[in-house]
Amino acid sequence: MKTIADLLPEIPLFEGLAAEQLELLAGCGRNVVAEPGEYLFREGTTADTFFALRHGAVGIEISVPGREPLVVQTLHPGEVAGWSWIFPAQPWSFSGRAIERTRAVSFDGACLRGKCEEDHELGYELMRRVAIVMAERLRFTRMQLLDIYGRGEAA
Amino acid sequence: MAAGGPAEAIVPRRFRVLANRRENEDTFTLELEGLDSPDPFEFEPGQFNMLYAFGAGEVPISISGDPAAPAPLVHTVRAVGAATRAICAAGPGDVLGVRGPYGSAWPDAAEDGVDALVVAGGLGLAPLRPALYSLLARSAGGGRLTLLYGGRSPEQLLFDAELERWRAREDIDVRVTVDTAGSGWMGAVGVVPALIEKVEIDPARTVALVCGPEVMLGFTIAALVERGLPPGAIHVSMERNMKCAVGRCGHCQFGPEFVCRDGAVFPYERVRRLFGLREV
Repeated sequence: MKTIADLLPEIPLFEGLAAEQLELLAGCGRNVVAEPGEYLFREGTTADTFFALRHGAVGIEISVPGREPLVVQTLHPGEVAGWSWIFPAQPWSFSGRAIERTRAVSFDGACLRGKCEEDHELGYELMRRVAIVMAERLRFTRMQLLDIYGRGEAA
Repeated sequence: MAAGGPAEAIVPRRFRVLANRRENEDTFTLELEGLDSPDPFEFEPGQFNMLYAFGAGEVPISISGDPAAPAPLVHTVRAVGAATRAICAAGPGDVLGVRGPYGSAWPDAAEDGVDALVVAGGLGLAPLRPALYSLLARSAGGGRLTLLYGGRSPEQLLFDAELERWRAREDIDVRVTVDTAGSGWMGAVGVVPALIEKVEIDPARTVALVCGPEVMLGFTIAALVERGLPPGAIHVSMERNMKCAVGRCGHCQFGPEFVCRDGAVFPYERVRRLFGLREV
């Protein structure tokens, strides 16, 4: 049976990390399974976890008063959900709901922060990689905000 | 450019509307038959016509039908102004003016072993549909065919029944994403360039055909280049304000190019220096 440390190199965020670094991170992780429709995390609750998806798909939702939640992004195997764990006691800004049966590695945020404090080299490398993911999400979010498929020039 | 001399090239021919199907809130697909000539309306994938709603105006619209079955002539039109609203309101029996076909064509990716990656955003699927028909009809020795299509919302997607049929085929990998959706949508949510990192691409044998809003083109090209595609393997369809369609009036000038005459499909290599320039 594969251990968490065995699973991590399959996730692009952890690719190329040294075996001992993977072991350290694996100590904060556990396998979770979510059935379709089940929430992995809920908007407004404390963001004390971070998920790396192995199978399935997760919709990132935001609630809109008076109507059904809006899905603003879907995440797929190899992608990660959540960076609020970087700072203690932050709430989730969005909810994450399994669209299909989903397997993920769930990391304890406090544990991860602790490892990053103890090993600054690991901490820097993890933050750098998370920053790349955040920058890409921000770039694509800006594109969504432009509403580029809205009405073009009148003719 | 359309057959005939300069005068013939700008004289519309009459076409009768056979059918008009609503694709979404403001986009319609019209089937037209020629009244002035019994010949089928031959065209190449990527070409466009000038459609004339008499009394309302004339607009450039890409042909969205199958080049192997050119009758009826098929156009997909979004109602955004006086002329397009009049065209979209045309019903069976109504007559429109048509001149064309004009412009360049998508590259022929039917050669054995060539992979085709088709990336469409919004209404950009319409000009790519003729190329998709041709690619789907190519011999079994053809390479991999992938369609990445992004839209504003599930309700705004074009040709949904056809997309479903294509999904069921084994010779095309269809991936659809939308900018936002309700929780009932089971598909992907996100921008179409984000799909590029999720598909298999062999940069040495792939040709990319890209059509959509210019912002989407920029992000998509960047993602393709990041995946190793050489600029020469990327082809884009540019949108500019085309009026005469024969390279005379200059309304559609894009740097030294006239989009109506030299495009609308360009090899990216030819126009890359113009991308992102202000006032071009």
